[in-house]
Amino acid sequence: MSTNNLSYNDQGGSDSAVEVGQETTPTSSNAGAGFGLFSTNFKKNDDLKEMLESNKDSLKLDAMKRIIALIAKGKNASELFPAVVKNVASKNIELKKLVYVYLVRYAEEQQDLALLSISTFQRALKDPNQLIRASALRVLSSIRVPIIVPIMMLAIKEAASDMSPYVRKTSAHAIQKLYSLDPDQKEHLIEVIDKLLKDKSTLVAGSVVMAFEEVCPDRIDLIHKNYRKLCNLLVDVEEWGQVVIITMLTRYARTQFTSPWKEDGLFDENSETAFYESDEKKTKNGDEKKSYMMDPDHRLLLRNTKPLLQSRNTAVVVSVAQLYWHLAPKHEVGVITKSLVRLLRSHREVQYVVLQNIATMSIQRKGMFEPYMKSFYVRSTDATHIKSLKLEILTSLANEANISTILREFQTYVKSQDKQFAAGTIQAIGRCATNISEVTDTCLQGLVLLLSNRDETVVAESVVVIKKLLQTQPTQHSDIIKHMAKLFDNIAVPMARASILWLMGEYCERVPQIAPDVLRKMAKSFTSEEDIVKLQTVNLAAKLYLTNSKQTKLLTQYILNLGKYDQNYDIRDRTRFIRQLIVPNEKSGALGKYARRILLAPKPAPVLESTYKDRDRYQLGTLSHTINTKASGYLELSDWPAVAPDQSVRNVEVIEPVKEWAPSLGKTGKSKLSKSSDDKFYSDSGEEKEKGSGSSSSEDSSSEESSSEAESDEEKSSSQSSEESDKSSSQSEKSSSESDSEQKKTTKKPPQKKTVKPTAKDRSYLLPIVCGPGERLHGFVSKQVPVSLSLFSLCILTPCPLSCAALLLQVSGPAFVPEKSHDLLHRMTGKGLSAQYQFPRQPCLYQPTMVSVQISLTNTTDHPLEQIHIGDRDPTGLDMHCFNAIECLLPEASVTVSLGVDFNDSTQAANFQLCTKEDQFSVSIQPAVGELFLPATMTEQDFRKEQGKFAGKTASSGALVLVTVELRELSAALITINTEKSVMGPMLLRDLKRALARA
Amino acid sequence: MINSLFLINPSGEIFLEKHWKSVVSRSVCDYFLEAKEKALEPEDVPPVIHTPHHYLISIYRDKLFFLSVIQTEVPPLFVIEFLHRVAEMIQDYFGECSETVVKDHMVMVYELLEEMLDNGFPLATESNVLKEMIRPPTILRSVVNTLTGTSNVGDTLPTGQPSTIPWRRAGVRYTNNEAYFDVVEEIDAILDQSGTTVFAEIQGVVEACVKLSGMPDLTLSFMNPRLLDDVSFHPCVRYKLWESERVLSFIPPDGNFTLMTYHVNAQNLVAIPVYVKQSISFFECGSDGRLDVTVGPKQTMGKTVEGVMVTVHLPKTILSINLTATQGSYTYDNGTKLLVWDIGKLNPQKLPNLRGSLSLQAGAPKPEENPSLNIDLNIQQLAISGLKVNRLDMFGEKYKPFKGVKYITKAGKFQVRT
Repeated sequence: MSTNNLSYNDQGGSDSAVEVGQETTPTSSNAGAGFGLFSTNFKKNDDLKEMLESNKDSLKLDAMKRIIALIAKGKNASELFPAVVKNVASKNIELKKLVYVYLVRYAEEQQDLALLSISTFQRALKDPNQLIRASALRVLSSIRVPIIVPIMMLAIKEAASDMSPYVRKTSAHAIQKLYSLDPDQKEHLIEVIDKLLKDKSTLVAGSVVMAFEEVCPDRIDLIHKNYRKLCNLLVDVEEWGQVVIITMLTRYARTQFTSPWKEDGLFDENSETAFYESDEKKTKNGDEKKSYMMDPDHRLLLRNTKPLLQSRNTAVVVSVAQLYWHLAPKHEVGVITKSLVRLLRSHREVQYVVLQNIATMSIQRKGMFEPYMKSFYVRSTDATHIKSLKLEILTSLANEANISTILREFQTYVKSQDKQFAAGTIQAIGRCATNISEVTDTCLQGLVLLLSNRDETVVAESVVVIKKLLQTQPTQHSDIIKHMAKLFDNIAVPMARASILWLMGEYCERVPQIAPDVLRKMAKSFTSEEDIVKLQTVNLAAKLYLTNSKQTKLLTQYILNLGKYDQNYDIRDRTRFIRQLIVPNEKSGALGKYARRILLAPKPAPVLESTYKDRDRYQLGTLSHTINTKASGYLELSDWPAVAPDQSVRNVEVIEPVKEWAPSLGKTGKSKLSKSSDDKFYSDSGEEKEKGSGSSSSEDSSSEESSSEAESDEEKSSSQSSEESDKSSSQSEKSSSESDSEQKKTTKKPPQKKTVKPTAKDRSYLLPIVCGPGERLHGFVSKQVPVSLSLFSLCILTPCPLSCAALLLQVSGPAFVPEKSHDLLHRMTGKGLSAQYQFPRQPCLYQPTMVSVQISLTNTTDHPLEQIHIGDRDPTGLDMHCFNAIECLLPEASVTVSLGVDFNDSTQAANFQLCTKEDQFSVSIQPAVGELFLPATMTEQDFRKEQGKFAGKTASSGALVLVTVELRELSAALITINTEKSVMGPMLLRDLKRALARA
Repeated sequence: MINSLFLINPSGEIFLEKHWKSVVSRSVCDYFLEAKEKALEPEDVPPVIHTPHHYLISIYRDKLFFLSVIQTEVPPLFVIEFLHRVAEMIQDYFGECSETVVKDHMVMVYELLEEMLDNGFPLATESNVLKEMIRPPTILRSVVNTLTGTSNVGDTLPTGQPSTIPWRRAGVRYTNNEAYFDVVEEIDAILDQSGTTVFAEIQGVVEACVKLSGMPDLTLSFMNPRLLDDVSFHPCVRYKLWESERVLSFIPPDGNFTLMTYHVNAQNLVAIPVYVKQSISFFECGSDGRLDVTVGPKQTMGKTVEGVMVTVHLPKTILSINLTATQGSYTYDNGTKLLVWDIGKLNPQKLPNLRGSLSLQAGAPKPEENPSLNIDLNIQQLAISGLKVNRLDMFGEKYKPFKGVKYITKAGKFQVRT
C-alpha cells in the first residue's frame, strides 16, 4: 500500500486505502479492533506520527486535518493520541483547535494520556481573552475522565462568576457535562445553577435553564425568584434558549397558578360555542362572581411569550403554542392558530410535527382550526405521512356545516394514485359518516359505488368501512348486503372477504336466500382461503346452522370437518368449540341451549374515533407526544393546584402594586402590601434569602437593623410622597440612599451586589453630571452646540442606581425641555377628542420611579365632552398614576393634565384606554430612551468613585448604561455607550447622535 | 439534547459522523436504513423513529439525510430546526449543500459542527458569529492557502463582545454601502378541473442583502402593512415597534438573510396569473390516451409571465408518450414517469400548447385518476398581493447607503387537478 507519501490534498487515494482495511471491522471506537485495521493503519499512522512530530506547523496541521477527516468518517484514530496530545500547547491557533477536537473525541479512551493536557487548559482558563477561557472550559469539561472531576468543579465555579457572559454560558453547559460524568456532584452543581439563574444576561439564561432541566428539574423553588426576570428577558434570549425556557415555565406555571379554565370548563366539549361564548361569559362571570382572578405573574408569562409566535424558529413558535394550550384561558388559545397554520409552509419534517400537534388540538377544539380548513387540503406532492395527518385533521374538523365541502374534497382523494392514501380516505369517510348522522346515507351510497372500483385495496377498505357503518343501523340495508354478496367473488383481499362473511352471518335472516349460497361457495374454496377468512366461514356456518339448519346442516358439517384438520391451531380450536356449541350431542352440556343467544347476540356498533384521541396525555410539542410513548426523561405536566401556592415567593424586587397608587384607594391601600414588599426588597438587597416572605428576619443582625430602619424611612417617604407630592421624589431618594449607605457600612457584602439590587428597584436612571472636565467641554459646547443640546453636552452621563449615587448627588433640574409633543390620540380617531403628550422632564410628583408625562386634551367637537378619564389598563402592565377625571371639557377648550408612568427602564410603550362618557380609545405612550433618565449633578471625584463600582471583574449584571463622551480634538468627540441591553445601546446612541448632528 | 449527527447519502452510506456526548455506534443507523428501505420515496421516511435505546430524528434535504440521535426527551422541532440550520450553514459556507461538498470540506464541516453545538445544545448558530470563528473558503484564499500553507481559521481571535448583538459582527466596513430587499411572493393554489380555485393563498418573504458599514439601524416601512395577516421575523426585528407602528426596525445582520416572512390575508381573492386548459383522457378500450394542455395568461397586472414550467407525474402504467409542443420543449423520464414541459415566457398572442398521444402498457387498465399538473412560473417586478415598500431609513451611521427593492411573484405549490 503506497499511502506513505500521500499528501493531504490527495485525500481520495488515502481514504480508499484505509477503507479497504476497515471495511470488514465494525466501526466501534475500540483501539485495537481487528488485526486488519491495525496493520493497514500502522503504516499510515507512522507517516502521520512523523508529521506530527516534525517541527513545521504546516506539516502538523496537515496531519491533524487528515486525522480529523478520519474521525469525521467514523474511522479510528486513537493510536495517535500520544503524538497528538503533545501539540496541545501549540501556538498555532488552528492546530490547537484541531487538537482540542481530537482530545474531546478520544480522551475517554486514553484517560492517562489525556491528563497530560489538563494543565494547559487550566492555564487557558485564566487567559484574558474570553473566547480562549470559554473554549478551554468547553474542552476541559468535555474530557470525560472521572479523575478530573474536582478540577472541573473548580473551573465551573470560577467561570460561573466570570465577567464575560459567554464564559458563563459555557459554564452552564459544563454543568450538564459534569453531572452526566459524576451525578454525585449534584448538590454542588445546584449551587452553581442557583447562582447562574440569577444572572441577568440573555446569553446565559437559556443555557442555565437547560442545565436546570437536566440536573434538578424538581427544584422548582430555585425558579421562584427568577420567574419574573426570565419572563422579561425571554424576548431577547437566543432562539434555542427560548424553547427551553418556555417549556420549563410551562411546567412551572402548572404548579404555581390556579386553573384559568374553571369557569369556561363547561363549554369544553362543545368547542364551537365555547369559543365564541366564553368571551362574554367570562367578562360577565368575572365581574359578578369574582370567581377567578388570574395571577398577574400568570398573565405576565402569557403576555411576554405572545410576540414569540412571530419567531422565525418553528420550535419557538410551537413551544409558545403549547404554552398557550396548556396555560391560557380557553378563549385566548385562538391566537396560536394562525401561527401554527403558517408553519405548514415550512419543511416537510416541520409540517409533520406541527400537524401532529394540530391533530391533537383539533379533537378538543374544532373551532380553532375550522376557518383554516383549506390549509389542510392534501396535495399530490405531499409525503405519505403528511397526507394521512391532514386527512386526520380534516376528519376531526368535519361538522354539519362543512361536511359537504369536505366530502367533495375526499372524493378527489379517493381517486388518488396513492392507494394507501385512498384507503385512508375511505376510513375517514367512514368516521365522518358515523359522527354526522345527516350524511351517513350519502356516505354509504358513495362507499357502495366504490365497491365497483378496480383497485383492490380501495374495495377492501370500503367493505370494511361499510361493515362498520351497517352495524350502526342494520335495519334498512339488506340491499347493500346483497350487493356485497354479488361482489364477493371478485374480492380477493382477505380482510374484505372476512368482513362480508361476517355481515352475511350477522344479518343472515335478512338475506335468507343468499347467505346459504355464499356458504356453499366458501365450502368449495375453504382450503385455499386465508386464516381470517376461514374463521369467518366457520362463524357464518355456525350462525346459518342455528337459523336455517334445514338448508345448511350438511354444509356446516362439511366445513367443520375441513376445519378440524386445518394446519392452523386457531382454526382447529374454533371448529371444535363451534361444533360442541351448536351440534347437540350427549356430551355438550347446558351451554348448547344458549348457542343462539351466544352467537346471535346483538353486538354494539364499533366507535370510529381518531388515533389522536389519547395523545393529549402528553405535553404538546414534546418527543413523547410525537412518538406517543413516554420518552426517557419526559417530565409530566402536573395538574393545576386547587389552591394557588404563596404568590409572594416570586417577589424579588419592590413591585409597587398597582392598587397602591390607584386614586380610589388613596392612603389605605398602602398599609399591608407595600409594607411586605418593602420588607422583601430590603432583605433581598442585603442578602438573597431563600424564603423571603414576611419580615426581614435572620441572617445577620446588621442587615436586619438597617433594613428595619430603611423600612420606616421608606414608609415615611412614600406616605409623604402621596400627599405632599412636591418633595416626595427627593425625599424618598434620600431615605433610600441613607438606608443603603448604612448597609454599606454594616454589612460585608461585595459592593456589586448592592448596586445590582437597587437598580431593579429604583426604576429611573440618574445621570450624574460631572462638572470637572466639563469646563473644558462647556467651551466646546458653547462654541459649537447651541443651548438646546445642553442635556447631552455634559461629558459623562451615567445612569447609576439611585441609592448608590444619591450619596452625594443632587437631582438637578432639566437644562432643556423639548417642546415637541407627540400625538396620543388624533381628533379623527378620537371622535373629536384630541390628545397630545410631551415629556416635561420634571421629576414625577407621584413616585420617584415614574416619569412624568403631560397630556393636553382638546375638544374639537361642537358639544362638551364629559367624564374624560383613564379607563382600563392591563393590571400587570406598567405602573401608572392617573389624572383625576375631567368632568366636562367644553367645545374648543383644552386642558393639560399630568400623568406618571413607571416605564420599568424599558422602552416598552404604556398602553391604556382614554375614556369619555360615551367612548373609549386605546392609546399608547412610547417613551424615548432619553426621557427615562433623570439629570443629576455630582463632582468628578464622586463620579469616578461611583463609576469604579461598576468595573469589578466579577460580573455585575445590573442594567447599567454608561455613556462616555471623550473629546479627541477640538471638534471631534468619541461617544461610547456601554450597556448590556442590546436594544438600549444603539437607540440611545442614535438619539444622541441625531441630537448632536442636528446641532 | 442532540447526541450525535450522521450524514447519510441516498444509497445509505454514512459519510460523516459527529458526536457531542459519548460516542454512539453507527449501528444505530440501521433502524433508520430499515425504515428508509420500506419507504417508497426518500421523503416518506418518517422524521422521528423510535428505537429501543435512542430516538432518531432525521431530515431529508438536498438529497442528503441528516440523522440525529437523541437519548432523552426534547422537543422534536428543536432538533429538526437545528438540522435545517446545519444544512443552511453548509449551503452558506460552500455555496451548495451536497455530498461532494461535504466530503471536500470534511474538516471544516466538522469544525463548524463543533462550534454549533456544545454538549448537544446550540452554541453558535448565527452565520455571522460562525464566520468570525471559522472563515469561509474563497477561491482567492484557497489559492493563497495552498501556496503559503496558512489556513482558514482566524489567527487573531475575535475580541468583539459576542453578547451585544449576536447576529452582527462589529467593525464591518464596505466601500460601497448598499442594502437590497427582495420581496418574493409565492402563490399556493389548488385549481380543480374546471379551473375554479379550490384554495389559494399568498405567502411572501422579504429577503435582504445588506452590506453596510458600522452599526446601521434600519427602519423599513410599507405603504400597505394592513395586507399582512401573519408575519414572522428574523430575531433582529423589534417586535414591539411592529406591533405599535407596523414598521420593521432592526439592526441588520451582515450579508444575506431573510428579514421576514408573511402571509397575505386575501380571503381567496388571490389573482391567479395563468389559466390552464387541459384534457387528459384514456380510451376505455385499447391502450391509448390523449393529452392536451394549453397555458395562457389570466390576471397578470400587465406583466409578462416568465419561466413557465408544467410538471406532470404520469400514471405508472404509461408505456410511452408522443407529444408535440408549440413552444418550449418537454422532457420525459420513463423511469420516474415524470413529464416536464419547459415553456419559458408566456406570449398572450400565441398560447403554448402541448398535445399528443399516450400509450399504455398492453393489458393495463385505464388509470383511475388523471395526474395533476404542477405549474411553475415567475413574474418580475410584481408583488401579486400589491404590497409595496414605502421607505427605508437608516440611523446610526452617517453615510448615504444605496437602497434597492425588487419584487418577484412566483408559483409556490401551484397545482391543477385534472
